[in-house]
Amino acid sequence: MPQSSLKDYLHESQLFLGRAIVSGTLVILALMVLVGRLFFLQIENHEHFTTLSQDNRVKLEPLPPTRGLIFDRNGAILAQNLPAYSLEIIPEKTKNLTETIEQISEIISITEDDIQRFHRLRKQRKRFDSIPIRVRLQEDEVARIAVHRHRFPGVDVNATLLRDYPQGLQTAHLLGYVGRINEKELQRIDTSNYSGTDFIGKNGVEKSYESLLHGDVGLQQVEVNAKGRVLRVLENQPPQPGNNLQLFLDMRLQSIALEALGEYNGAVVAIDVETGGVLTMVSKPGYNPNLFVEGISSRDYRALEDSPDNPLFNRAIRGQYPPGSTVKPFIGLAGLEYDVVGFYQETYCPGYYQLPGKDHKYRDWKKWGHGKVDMATGIIESCDVYYYELARTLGIDRLYEFLTGFGFGIPSRVDLDGELSGLMPSREWKQSKRREPWYPGETLIVGIGQGYFLATPLQLASATATLANRGHRIRPRVVATIEGPDGEKRDSPLIEDVLHQLDPEHWNQVIDAMTQVVEGQRGTARSIYTSNYRIAGKTGTAQVFSIKQDEEYDEETVAKRKRDHALFVAFAPVESPKIAIAVVVENGGHGGSVAAPIARKVMDRYLVDTPPAN
Amino acid sequence: MAKPHITFHESQPAKAQGLLAWLHIDLPLMIALLLLVGIGLAILFSAGDKEMVLLQKQLIRLGFGFAVMVVLAQIHPDNFRRWSPWLYGLGILFLVSVILFGELGKGAQRWLDLGFIRFQPSEMFKLTLPMLIAWYLAEQRLPPSPSRLIAAALFTVLPVILIAKQPDLGTALLVGSGGAFALFLAGISWRLIAVGGILMAGMGPVAWYLMHDYQRQRVLTFLNPESDPLGTGYHIIQSKIAIGSGGISGKGWLNGTQSHLEFLPERHTDFIFAVISEEFGLVGVVALLMLYLFIILRGLYIASQAQDTFGRILAGALSLIFFVYLFVNAGMVTGLLPVVGVPLPLISYGGTSLVTILASFGILMSIQTHKKLLPT
Repeated sequence: MPQSSLKDYLHESQLFLGRAIVSGTLVILALMVLVGRLFFLQIENHEHFTTLSQDNRVKLEPLPPTRGLIFDRNGAILAQNLPAYSLEIIPEKTKNLTETIEQISEIISITEDDIQRFHRLRKQRKRFDSIPIRVRLQEDEVARIAVHRHRFPGVDVNATLLRDYPQGLQTAHLLGYVGRINEKELQRIDTSNYSGTDFIGKNGVEKSYESLLHGDVGLQQVEVNAKGRVLRVLENQPPQPGNNLQLFLDMRLQSIALEALGEYNGAVVAIDVETGGVLTMVSKPGYNPNLFVEGISSRDYRALEDSPDNPLFNRAIRGQYPPGSTVKPFIGLAGLEYDVVGFYQETYCPGYYQLPGKDHKYRDWKKWGHGKVDMATGIIESCDVYYYELARTLGIDRLYEFLTGFGFGIPSRVDLDGELSGLMPSREWKQSKRREPWYPGETLIVGIGQGYFLATPLQLASATATLANRGHRIRPRVVATIEGPDGEKRDSPLIEDVLHQLDPEHWNQVIDAMTQVVEGQRGTARSIYTSNYRIAGKTGTAQVFSIKQDEEYDEETVAKRKRDHALFVAFAPVESPKIAIAVVVENGGHGGSVAAPIARKVMDRYLVDTPPAN
Repeated sequence: MAKPHITFHESQPAKAQGLLAWLHIDLPLMIALLLLVGIGLAILFSAGDKEMVLLQKQLIRLGFGFAVMVVLAQIHPDNFRRWSPWLYGLGILFLVSVILFGELGKGAQRWLDLGFIRFQPSEMFKLTLPMLIAWYLAEQRLPPSPSRLIAAALFTVLPVILIAKQPDLGTALLVGSGGAFALFLAGISWRLIAVGGILMAGMGPVAWYLMHDYQRQRVLTFLNPESDPLGTGYHIIQSKIAIGSGGISGKGWLNGTQSHLEFLPERHTDFIFAVISEEFGLVGVVALLMLYLFIILRGLYIASQAQDTFGRILAGALSLIFFVYLFVNAGMVTGLLPVVGVPLPLISYGGTSLVTILASFGILMSIQTHKKLLPT
């Protein structure tokens, strides 16, 4: 029995030892598999997982740059950034969006417009974006929200910088405004540079100088935990603020021009003759650009859109008016230059003009005629018949060639977006656009700035400046100086196209005649004569509504909107011109009585009144 | 054959080891366990974000666990043998009462409150099932007869099913493997093992059918963690990132970004292995695995040196359960195995399994230190 038990014991012990060795071997093998797996993860795929681990913990946060400021030539601020509080909601984080908005509206005022804008913005944004429901919160509203904030998850008050235009509608057309970036703009812009930016220039200077005003985005590398909470800043690359812009604009001129327009709609553009700088650019009526910054309500927008006065329309660069008699000095100059007429050569004006062998009477504004008229009288008294005759002699081809030299019919290439080119008609133009030949009668009305002939107020001002400069065409520009974030200033470039050389005597003769428009006994703008400085000008009247043959034109009976536009172009002082101006008063009637006084007020302010100390 | 047992007593160095011998403590095992526990506390300090309260609680549990270990080391293995049927029966009773009166925790019924103590009866089967199988098979000659094998298999399946019902897949797996190891060590034929393996594979679809939704989800997630990166796959993805980004030498102690920035879930409990891998890299993890391997091999050595069949099977099975803990946990954290709630033994924060594991080493020490001369 002991023998067998010992035998059993040995057998069992050996059996077990075998199994234990197998087990130990399997354990070692299993652990080798594990080490192999660790090798795969930690050595072979180490870089991959390191990247993932970095992506986990490091987030890049864009730091939006501060938009550059805009000043006028005297340092008055035109566009700035004001801190503003807005109430924002992350819809995905609220329990019930409609209920949340309802409850908030019991605490602070939320209008239907606010809610509409909120839903409109929500459609454009990404998920988990914070969307403003109320902007420009008052301080007491911020305080009231703070008290109740715990009730509203996903609702927060954010401090942002909002663009502000302290001059309001006075500079609306010139500066334009910024608004929230829309889908179309999103495809155009460098999205990484705009990653922290909500606003973009929509028109005017804000749009044309967007790239300079915006600046460069900064980046902040932050370490976040799994809940997305920022634990510390790893790296900070501060944003580069946008450039500040100083304009040629003189706010004093801008306000006086707007004020002088009074009841009328219209445009005033004044240019610094020496630099091409835009001293004033008014388009009336204006609008409040600040409404657009945080998204205008659709009701307000519709009101602006539907208004017959068309307040959103920038008349100064997009309004195309028949230049009327304001082109007469240029045509006179053409006559002298092409040597088809002498300065003192006279024509008889019976009050109308007829093409040889035709019945049609081209009327003069003076029904009974001017009598014997030379070029100067034609300018001073604005005799139409003289210019019908001159235009006919010159012919449309020479008129086209000469007037485009002054910028008629071609964009001035001012540093503003959206400028229209006006229209300087030609045979080619008529053939290609109207599929008709040019008729001689059409040349006549080009001679008095009517018919197809169209020009923008800016083109008129620029052509007048060219005249004042005796042929030196300086491209008009709005921005004078660009100040970088480092404080370094650089001037915008002066671009000059020299018109082909004309006889200096011809310039003097035409300018003399223009001076007599103001100073002469019979000058159409003699009412604005001043002894402070000498003005050279030319009045104009543009027909809005064509009058039939032999029909009386009665200002009283013609509805206001069909009344003629009153125009006036001028420069001063005559001896050393500093300012060139174009005034268009819509439905204003006569240039001399309505438009010229406006120009005088602007020039007075510029030339006589001392500018404020900087 | 008698000689080694005589030298056993003679080879005891005096004094220092005299106390250990008197306390029935196996020195190599004890040193390895203390080292492992020390490393565990250092890692827990990092994984728990330097939370001292966490460390204190773990220290108290460890103290209790080591006390249990030392107490069990004093008990002669013969007593375990005698108690094993009773302990097993009591355990089954507890498991049934858990199903009837147990407390719910995290969607599963695991806890039994006896008024003075709250515990998981399933835990004790990690000890009592190998004990019962060892007792039952040691009664007769080995290898066991077919009828004994079937009975032993049934003894194993009964608690496994009751535990899986709770449901606690991790514990069921560990208990089941304990029974299986005991049978394997008892010397069942390789042919039977092969048949068993095939049967297990065939059980797959059946197991799928019996699984709870969350368990099925775990299996699906294991097969393709990227399919649900924010849901159940999140654990595995983040854990792989933690391990992989650790590289050869790791990010350094307390410098693991995955754990400290809370990307890694359950970082101080089931996923602590990822924290070690992230902070100490491949070098550190392999060193840790060597320590585990030493403990397992020491256990198998103790088993092979045991005086009787009961001691051999029990000691061997307990050592291999310890290995299963390690392998299932590390396999799950590295993405080799599906996510099963098994802690990293002696390192993961948490009480019950810690005490059970230290208790099993107490039994191992008892087997190692209670030997007498065989009658010749």
